[in-house]
Amino acid sequence: MIEVSGLHFTYPTGVEALRGVSTKIGKGEFVAIMGENGAGKTTLAKHFNGLLKPSRGKVFVNGIDTRKASVAELSRKVGLVFQNPDHQFFCETVKEEIAFGLRNFGFPREAIKERVKWALALLGLTKYEKSSPFVLSGGEKKRLALASVLAWDPEVLIIDEPTIGQDYAQKEKLRHFIAQLIAKEKAVIIITHDIEFVADCSPRVIVMSRGRIVMDGPAWTVLTNHKQILKAALIPPQVTQVFIKLSDLGMPTGIIGVNEARDLLVERLLGASG
Amino acid sequence: MPLIEVKNLTYTYPGSIKPSIKKVNLTIEKGEFLILTGPSGCGKTTLCRCFNGLIPNFYYGKLSGDIIVAGLSVRECPTFELAQRVGFVFQNPENQLFALSVEKDVAFGLENLGLPREEIRERVEWALDMVRITDLREMAPYELSGGQQQRVAIASVMAMRPEILVLDEPTSFLDPVAAKTIFEVVKRFNEELRMTIILVEHRLDLTAPYSNRIVVMDKGQIKLDGTPREILRSDKAGRLGVCIPKVVKLSEALKEERVKLEQVPLTADETAQIIRRILER
Repeated sequence: MIEVSGLHFTYPTGVEALRGVSTKIGKGEFVAIMGENGAGKTTLAKHFNGLLKPSRGKVFVNGIDTRKASVAELSRKVGLVFQNPDHQFFCETVKEEIAFGLRNFGFPREAIKERVKWALALLGLTKYEKSSPFVLSGGEKKRLALASVLAWDPEVLIIDEPTIGQDYAQKEKLRHFIAQLIAKEKAVIIITHDIEFVADCSPRVIVMSRGRIVMDGPAWTVLTNHKQILKAALIPPQVTQVFIKLSDLGMPTGIIGVNEARDLLVERLLGASG
Repeated sequence: MPLIEVKNLTYTYPGSIKPSIKKVNLTIEKGEFLILTGPSGCGKTTLCRCFNGLIPNFYYGKLSGDIIVAGLSVRECPTFELAQRVGFVFQNPENQLFALSVEKDVAFGLENLGLPREEIRERVEWALDMVRITDLREMAPYELSGGQQQRVAIASVMAMRPEILVLDEPTSFLDPVAAKTIFEVVKRFNEELRMTIILVEHRLDLTAPYSNRIVVMDKGQIKLDGTPREILRSDKAGRLGVCIPKVVKLSEALKEERVKLEQVPLTADETAQIIRRILER
């Protein structure tokens, strides 16, 4: 679906944001990109829909070289939800905001109506359909930004910091509908600092640092690699930290979930007190 | 006398029919570190806007009840006067940055207070250093990343050394290590200067250990109010959509299996210590 090879990118200001990134993301894959501020996560994501073009190296989307395709063409396939939702709103109502992209892609009127309705309901925004996007709370804006991209049903969905301002119930919903998208063979890429959310979802995790990929693998191996995680300005999940601190007592260290932690502890603790 | 007193407060934004906060009563003492949490759209940000008079002086709308902040009634006191007592870090940093350089942005509030030049310089240095952005001083805020902008916003408010610091998800764009350094700075202010902290947050795993009190709102009302341990282990908090830290969940899961920990842990450190004591007994 997405193939990146030897990607370098330097901003006009001279900041070298990407310094040799190579990776592949396939259909139906769920990937979390993590790493410190300024690591190049968002810059990389902007290459996936052609908003940025490589200074050196190549990016292919569905076999198409992004340097030879327009953003409009690419974004039909790759939907990007920005970190700061205020950056993407400009319509007068929530409903209009969602319809805008659909109209631009030339969807028929009936289909637009249906998709808007579907997206509003999916993200719990139906009651705001006639409100201005700017009166929504921070968390609601985030969901509207997502709704307006989901509506055109892209093959790849990139969400920059999806859990900001979301309460637990919203995060659970997000997790479920990402799972649904994956089941439909879509690729979902999230850029996030929310390590507990990543631990709950357990996707493939790519950790970036200073313009390079420093780790890439399943969540339970990446998130429990204490040294590397700290180097990337991340903090391991709480459960992982507990087990790392107890490793001298013979506890395993590759633990990220509450349930597996409970089972291991019940065994040891009941043994100890009984 | 409490530092902040909210009495039977109801507020409706202009153009809305339903009030965003309903009959809220809340007292906050000097030196508290309070976390305000609850589902998105529950009225947290709205309540915070009342603490420095943005509501009703800037947003207008319909307000009933009263809020007294540091002895001043918010309804009568002009915003500029309250602004010297209450510092506010907004959710979206772009809403509060406007100068052409980071340094000027941080100095702006101080210049308006009419402080002497030397003191302004000192405080700007100190604030930039606190949030580790001395190297960004010449940059224009709009050139910065979301995380960097958040640090600038925090520095410019901290430089004012307000009595009360309100922070609305101040580190949402920052990586966890950077977020932790910010919360540690805030905690130092709280302890050393007895600055009162009101922090709006969902990420209680990162922030609960710093606080002495958590207030949970839902649908414009206060639903829970207590110490972090009381709130986080309550079933109600989970039902209200509060993000319960994983170590609290773990301790609850253990309790169901009849393994009781001596107290509800708030951090990984605490959890590991408690378990270690049982294992080494």
